[in-house]
Amino acid sequence: MNAHLQRPSPALEYLTTKKDELIGWARKFSLFPYPFVTACCAMEFMSVSSTLYDTDRFGAALPRFSPRQSDLLMVVGTVTHKQAPVLQKVYEQMCEPKWVIAFGVCATSGGFYQNYAALAGIDKVIPVDVYIPGCPPRPEMVIDGIMQLQDKIAGSRHPIVNEKF
Amino acid sequence: MTTGILATLQGTLAGPGQEATVSHGVVVVELAPEALLATVKRLKSELGFDLFLDVTAVDWPDREPRFDVVYHFYSTQHHFRVRLKTRVPESEPIVDSLIGLYGSARYMERECHDMYGIVFRGNADLRPILLYEGFDGHPLRKDYPKRREQPLVRFRK
Repeated sequence: MNAHLQRPSPALEYLTTKKDELIGWARKFSLFPYPFVTACCAMEFMSVSSTLYDTDRFGAALPRFSPRQSDLLMVVGTVTHKQAPVLQKVYEQMCEPKWVIAFGVCATSGGFYQNYAALAGIDKVIPVDVYIPGCPPRPEMVIDGIMQLQDKIAGSRHPIVNEKF
Repeated sequence: MTTGILATLQGTLAGPGQEATVSHGVVVVELAPEALLATVKRLKSELGFDLFLDVTAVDWPDREPRFDVVYHFYSTQHHFRVRLKTRVPESEPIVDSLIGLYGSARYMERECHDMYGIVFRGNADLRPILLYEGFDGHPLRKDYPKRREQPLVRFRK
């Protein structure tokens, strides 16, 4: 047996942290987005996901195409009244913990669509954590939004942590 | 070639109560609703207009009769378009369906029924296609309130 394994470096023998911070740190770097992509913002979503801007750096890399396997709902584009029940169902199928990003001004507030067809902001139907306005938002704005969501996750309570852990 | 078909169309389609004019290279025929089906039959079988492009309507809220129903046809043989316009009143917005001649009319007539409330006699399936069941009114009519929304789910808060 190697001698250096029997005597590990004293600096890494233990680590002090708060349980909430530990879970938050783990969760904020493993976001599994579900892309609910309905409109032209999809182009910007592809741009921000791919090499040049690369959301992989924030742990939000792999889109899951089942809401049951994802914890971040990204609503990208206009949602109509006809689609609102679908969006609600997708959100309800996601397991806790879950977060929602409204990507683009249409998902945020309806944008310039104020008529019989468009839903004026997805927060009328589901709760939203981060709003990223813009038509479409710049990739930098999206990255800023993801980082704000990460800060929110890192700073919040995680009820998984109880007296048994 | 193009001028040939144009002259033929103007000669053939103009008749009592209907005239054929040319607008931006498209032959425009205004005709009575009763003459629609016969005219479209001739367009398809005699004049080679094999492609039904669209049916839509125009709302003139202060005019009587209130609606224009507008049809576009294209001939893949002559590379030429023709437009048919007919007027129907608000009290009886009924025209004959074209599904016996063009299968694609089934869906375009449903959309026109959604948006303007035009009834196509002979189209048995006028369920909403772009709108949803329970939608009240016809949103592209000028008297539909601009901000009126009909949500399907209950809003939060």
